[in-house]
Amino acid sequence: MEKLKTIKLIIFLSTITLLAFSVSSASAAQSQPKQKNIILATTTSTQDTGLLDILIPLFEEKTGYFVKTIAVGSGQAMAMGQKGEADVLLVHSPDAEKKFIADGFGINRRLVMHNDFIIVGPSADQAKIKDTNLAVEAFKKIAETSALFMSRGDNSGTHSQEKKLWKAAGVNPEGQKWYQQTGLGMGQTLNVAAEKKGYTLADSGTYLAMKKNLGMDILVEGDAALLNIYHVIEVNADKWPKANAKGARAFADFMVSAKTQTIIKKFGVDKYGSPLFFPDAGKTLEELGK
Amino acid sequence: MELILEGIKKAFELIVSLDPEVLGITLLSLQVSGLATFISLVLGVSAGTVVALANFRGRKFVISLINTGMGLPPVVVGLFVTIMIWRNGPFGFLEILYTPLAIIIAQAIIATPIIMGISLAAIQQLPENLRLQILSLGATRLQMVWVLIKEARLPLLAAVMAGFGGVISEVGASIMVGGNIKGYSRVLTTATVMETGKGNFDVAIALGIILLLLAFMVNLVLTQIQQRQRPR
Repeated sequence: MEKLKTIKLIIFLSTITLLAFSVSSASAAQSQPKQKNIILATTTSTQDTGLLDILIPLFEEKTGYFVKTIAVGSGQAMAMGQKGEADVLLVHSPDAEKKFIADGFGINRRLVMHNDFIIVGPSADQAKIKDTNLAVEAFKKIAETSALFMSRGDNSGTHSQEKKLWKAAGVNPEGQKWYQQTGLGMGQTLNVAAEKKGYTLADSGTYLAMKKNLGMDILVEGDAALLNIYHVIEVNADKWPKANAKGARAFADFMVSAKTQTIIKKFGVDKYGSPLFFPDAGKTLEELGK
Repeated sequence: MELILEGIKKAFELIVSLDPEVLGITLLSLQVSGLATFISLVLGVSAGTVVALANFRGRKFVISLINTGMGLPPVVVGLFVTIMIWRNGPFGFLEILYTPLAIIIAQAIIATPIIMGISLAAIQQLPENLRLQILSLGATRLQMVWVLIKEARLPLLAAVMAGFGGVISEVGASIMVGGNIKGYSRVLTTATVMETGKGNFDVAIALGIILLLLAFMVNLVLTQIQQRQRPR
């Protein structure tokens, strides 16, 4: 009886040790040498569309870096950069980015790609915004008819764009009953809007990737005010010596490299019928748009 | 309704085809939560037993603290651990943010009070005379404690299962300190949240089903140990 107990005990203890070993070696292998880890703070749209699932492994294989992709909103991504908790950012909130650079937290802001924001909503379109091609007009109509509008409400790039449009429309939606803020990512906000039959501002990439299950229509698109531009920004290593400057530079270079740009150009065409993003590296802002 | 059926179908497909990504995620969930529960078990049972058997000033206060700890919001634990281990935190030099180790630490912090509180009650409810009886038979203090633990096997194992259940299902802290990094710190719960956010409801439901199956299998083993009849 005693022997059986001892055997069981030994098996139990070795299982625990093995468990501990395998998990710790996974952690340890990645964390040394120090330069191997890059923390990439990016938006939910680049993750939800699956673009990064293609690009990151390519980059890792090519360079041997290990990229920790933390997908939060652009606002949170920049907050991480400000505190030095990220090495490189891939975001789409131009006004906030410019301030980020001006405050000295980031360097080398480079254009990577763009897609469009679109205003989506129920096919019934109670605010009748389908007739207008202008985003600001549409927002005015939504406010006038008090139509249900779901906002990201999370300081993301999409949210910032949305706020800009409300401002241009001369509307303050805060506190109004028809204006609801989810505080969630784009995919989830689209789900909520679809469920509640409301309008929302979305990036075309995430919308296309989710279109099948949503049951919402694109009501306004193509307005120059709806351009959704992504930049890659390296966190300023002068402010944060612990930041992986070399790794950040390598990743940023990779994002604007010709090969990556081609992949971006083709991404999504097979699955969704149209590309989800348009590569723009090297262009000036004026060259973009319609 | 048919969404749930689609989810069940998807779960079946993923399991039978041994989808490597799902397999990896499931294994990681088991490893991380298993280790966290083990650590919490060691800390929780020992501390709980000590508090149950010892007598000191402020004992009731300490017990209320432990019981409150059982309701510690996992998300708050995640936030706290993040602040401790990020680059600017006191433990930033360890570079363990966004690693499976960070998830283990956070989950251990969540599960320890649970196991501690229940162990405490389990040992306390043993008859007072039992302790004296064992000592009078010539047992050392350590031997006595071990016998008491064996006597309280039923509630103690319930404590372990409660701790394990708490962390295998935890998502807020795991996302925050783990980062949900594909192939590295992505576990079943964080993957489910992500797939839900992407609108892939069938995959999300499938992952949920796999999580439940995993938890069931672990608890099956633990229940066997718990319910084993003592030779009389």
